Amino acid sequence: MSDALIELKGLAKNYGDQQVLKGIDLTIQKNEFLTLLGPSGCGKTTTLRIIAGFEDPSAGEVLFDGVDITRIPSHKREVNTVFQKYALFPFMNVYDNVAFGLKLKKMDETIIDHKVMNMLELIGLPDFAKRDVSSLSGGQQQRVAIARALVNEPKVLLLDEPLGALDAKLRKGMQTELKKIQREVGITFIFVTHDQEEALSMSDTVVVMNEGIIQQVGSPTDIYNEPENRFVASFIGESNIIEAVMKKDLLVSFDGYDFDCVDKGFKNNEDVEVVIRPEDIDIVKPKNAKLHGVVKSIVFKGVHYEIIVETPKRDYLIHTTDYFETGLEVGLTFGPDDIHVMYRMDWE
Amino acid sequence: MKHYNKLVRPYLIWSVLIILVPIIMIILYSFTTGGNALVNISFTLKNFTRIGEPIYLEVLKKSLILGLISVSICLVIGYILAYFITRFSDSVQDLLILLVTIPMWINTLLRTYAWISLLSDNGLINSFLGLFGLDAHTFMYTDFAVIIGLVSDILPFMVIPIHTSIRKIDPSLIEAAHDLGADKFMTFRKVILKMSIPGVINGVMMTFLLSISTFVIPKLLGGGQYMLVGNLIENQFISVGDWNFGSALSIILTLIILIGLTLMKRFDREEKEEAVDGAKK
Repeated sequence: MSDALIELKGLAKNYGDQQVLKGIDLTIQKNEFLTLLGPSGCGKTTTLRIIAGFEDPSAGEVLFDGVDITRIPSHKREVNTVFQKYALFPFMNVYDNVAFGLKLKKMDETIIDHKVMNMLELIGLPDFAKRDVSSLSGGQQQRVAIARALVNEPKVLLLDEPLGALDAKLRKGMQTELKKIQREVGITFIFVTHDQEEALSMSDTVVVMNEGIIQQVGSPTDIYNEPENRFVASFIGESNIIEAVMKKDLLVSFDGYDFDCVDKGFKNNEDVEVVIRPEDIDIVKPKNAKLHGVVKSIVFKGVHYEIIVETPKRDYLIHTTDYFETGLEVGLTFGPDDIHVMYRMDWE
Repeated sequence: MKHYNKLVRPYLIWSVLIILVPIIMIILYSFTTGGNALVNISFTLKNFTRIGEPIYLEVLKKSLILGLISVSICLVIGYILAYFITRFSDSVQDLLILLVTIPMWINTLLRTYAWISLLSDNGLINSFLGLFGLDAHTFMYTDFAVIIGLVSDILPFMVIPIHTSIRKIDPSLIEAAHDLGADKFMTFRKVILKMSIPGVINGVMMTFLLSISTFVIPKLLGGGQYMLVGNLIENQFISVGDWNFGSALSIILTLIILIGLTLMKRFDREEKEEAVDGAKK
């Protein structure tokens, strides 16, 4: 894919002496669903606001279709935003909210009417045109906000934690719906969230950010299975993160044993970190495994049990559907492709 | 809870004494003759019919017109000032609003005297004009002097509610307007102006109320012959001693203000309904 739509080059942003963005380089493709994921204060919202034109970067530039738009004001950009708290105009009804952008363009009344009604159809609220926005539920307001942005046929839709204010069940529904809408209108969505599950289930590309720096860019499966560092590994779901030494290609050593792995390209005897997902560890009889330990606790989580096994060096977190008595001596095994080797980073 | 309900009683008694009783007295006065001598009262409508005399109608008309002019000027200046203030950071805004309110802490009489020293024939403004060889202008005892005094007196009551309503606007609404293609001017017209209407209505109501019932400012800046309804009432109570006629005038003034308030509220409501109706066509 070389269909670059937006390119961020060395974006930096300071508020006073606080550095919020420390050099963001990112290419966003046409028609992709890209998510900026990270904890609060990581700079994801600031990045989005710079793309929208609500904020000027302290350094760097934003290219749109190859054209520098860094200094173009927001009302002249071909992007539209869905705000965190929807930001619907309270003194207008649903129809007028959605028609706001089109009316500014002085479009013909009948065309506006046609487009607005089509959009209300798309979001599943065709009978709500005359309703007061304050009479709508959170989920409905959310849809109106999406319609208001999409009706302008932007090339990019920016969504700033749009599902944050919805309850868990509604959020799930909206995730599916957003994905559906994105496929239907076929434009680029840039989605900001701190919810890793949301990011993994909706996106084509996930950008993990922390402290104003991009930690990793990749597909959801890449991000989950091949985290590049400890931050990504621990932010994307629970995992076992272990300091290890890369003996040579395809051989890593930790907890006193050597294990086969599928990673290569590290220096011999380089200090690395290894991540093993809790669902990738199997509990077996002690004689069938290198690592031995004792079941320290077991908690029922619905679909699986969450088990902590205490070994001489560390506690391992394991997700399994089998039940094991606490105090039981067990062995732990995992395959070579369950071991993900990452560069070691100096995190505090 | 019941126990605490009793605590409100002193307040109730107090309110009845200082609010309700005087109002009842004024209503009573307005329908009777004999002034303060409540021993032999006789009911009459004469006090009200007297207001219908051309000379008094003229005073009422003049008061209303002057009130409307001052409120309109005040609205324009006050809105611009309030909007200008919201452009600053929060702490600067607090300071500027404080500056706007400072004149309110000073007695109206003193403030009005300050205007006299500015506007009088050998006052500051005329001395300043004199520097450029311009002839002295007579500002004092004109409509201009009264209006300028009134506007400066009531301005804070216009600025504060408008400023509050603009400041309360969610910044993301303004961003949303920009996002949807509105430049600064359109955003102001389509969003900020609409959202500040409640503040404008409050400000207009308060300043109208103040300007129509004033009597110090027209007396000092308009001169003794300058008669507004506030002065007329003051005269009836203090100089003439006709408390009955004064009371009737007060009641008419109160009615005018009440009608004004009701009209404003209705306008406010229609404004909202219009926004809802907008899409029905």
